[in-house]
Amino acid sequence: MIEKSLLKERFVKLVLLLFALSSLLFLFLIFMFIFSEGSPLFLKVGLWKIISGSKWAPTKGFFGIFPMIISSFLVTFGALIIGAPMGLSCAIYLSEYSGKRMKMFLKPALELLAGIPSVVYGFLGVVYIVPLVRNYLGGSGFSLLSTSIILGVMILPTIISISFDALVSVPKTYREGSLAMGATKWQTIYKVILPSAKSGILASFILGMGRAIGETMAVIMIAGNALKIPGSILDPLRTLTGNIALELSYASGDHRLALFSTGVVLMVIIMVLNYVANFGINRKIVK
Amino acid sequence: MRINPRIINKIVEMGLNIQAFFTVGILVVIVAIIFFKGFPYLNPEFIFAFPDDMGRHGGIFPSIVGTIQLALLSIVFATPLGVGTAIFLTEYTRESTFTKLIRFGVESLAGIPSILYGLFGFIFFVIKLKMGWSLLAGVLTMTIMILPTIIRTSEEAIRSVPRQLRIVSYSLSATKWETIKKVVIPAAAPGILTGIMLSVGRAVGETAAVIFTMGSSLRLPLSLMDSGRTMAVHFYILAREGISMEKAYATALVLVLSILSINVLAYYVMHKAMSKYS
Repeated sequence: MIEKSLLKERFVKLVLLLFALSSLLFLFLIFMFIFSEGSPLFLKVGLWKIISGSKWAPTKGFFGIFPMIISSFLVTFGALIIGAPMGLSCAIYLSEYSGKRMKMFLKPALELLAGIPSVVYGFLGVVYIVPLVRNYLGGSGFSLLSTSIILGVMILPTIISISFDALVSVPKTYREGSLAMGATKWQTIYKVILPSAKSGILASFILGMGRAIGETMAVIMIAGNALKIPGSILDPLRTLTGNIALELSYASGDHRLALFSTGVVLMVIIMVLNYVANFGINRKIVK
Repeated sequence: MRINPRIINKIVEMGLNIQAFFTVGILVVIVAIIFFKGFPYLNPEFIFAFPDDMGRHGGIFPSIVGTIQLALLSIVFATPLGVGTAIFLTEYTRESTFTKLIRFGVESLAGIPSILYGLFGFIFFVIKLKMGWSLLAGVLTMTIMILPTIIRTSEEAIRSVPRQLRIVSYSLSATKWETIKKVVIPAAAPGILTGIMLSVGRAVGETAAVIFTMGSSLRLPLSLMDSGRTMAVHFYILAREGISMEKAYATALVLVLSILSINVLAYYVMHKAMSKYS
């Protein structure tokens, strides 16, 4: 009898271990298949020629994705310029100024922003932001600027919730010490709290960047998807994600492989960003 | 000239106040636009009728069914895997290099953007495993995608179960698994449920990963190997191909309302659960 229950315990532990390993297995599969499809073209055409080439005509043998790499970074920085100040100030308000009841209303409301699907953001961008840009600033409206605005809003929940966590985890004694010395609340925030929460706040920006650079559906609806590096913020552009999503459904042969190569480049960028962000978050905890 | 710090303090406070409400305002405006533009076209026929002429006329019934099938089947697969992983990480191991490795895997999965899930699902499930564009390929891709959410929320929920409950159970000579099954999981259930509901919301709103795995057939998926179209995909196609603005708004309304109500419910359950042990 005792033997049997012991056996069952061991069995359960084994099954749970296998479950836990499944995440690693999935990660491995995703890496393996995207890399194994994406790397042959790197060998055939040349890695440098793909990531630095500026002409994309995959059916004619041109696989340059340099303009898309640049465009992806441009929309990401654009999103950060809009989303970072807004998100950080919301986080500061939530952690330092709002009362308990206000917080209970605001925090879930802000988190709901994350639940709105990216296609809906893209659609509203097309219907409202694009014409606004076209009428008041010129160009077609499908532009770096419109994309940055929409992505800036989309990364808000990420920036708010992670910098909020960083701000809240600053010990209370820091605040009390500063206030006791006669500093105003803002002086305390600016000179004591923000510097101590710095790494967590930076991590929230980097994770926001990761979200923006990986965003797809909203981007292909608003960015205009032109195949060159935008010369101004009113020019259309095509990102790495957009390139994959626009052409995957009909691509074949080397063309399809080239889309996987695009995926490999995107994957590497995302991995680096996440690694850096986790470093920031973990450092905060160690401290 | 030196400005009085107290005046700066006041100005900043006001600015931050305005900023926070402006941001919530964005949410309100988005929901309001979708609601007022979509509501006039929303009627029982729109929900229960089949689409006609690519969705220009008729309703969205197949895409509602497709969405429910995708979301429910994904959580059926992801819940045991996710909760199992969380139990293993919290109850069966100490922090070690091994758990760090698993956590690294989970964090990495969470960071991968949906288009790469789409790319992976397309090459692995659709092409290599020869599933074709099918409900099954969509479900399996989505399962992997929502797994990190379920693991993280379950882990948090299990960790917040008080130690005393476990000790009492052991003192009644229950085994570890009996304790987990009969004490820990029931106590952590609301938190786990929150994670599951948030995952459902995610599956309902997802487009990039679904369109390349489940496809976009307008027919009702009757088996796991049939292609189908979720509401989000249907909405994307209506909007992008300019098929019908009215139908697009009405679809967006159904989509956004379902996601918001699932998420609000999820936060409510979490709130209830948190007030229980604090």
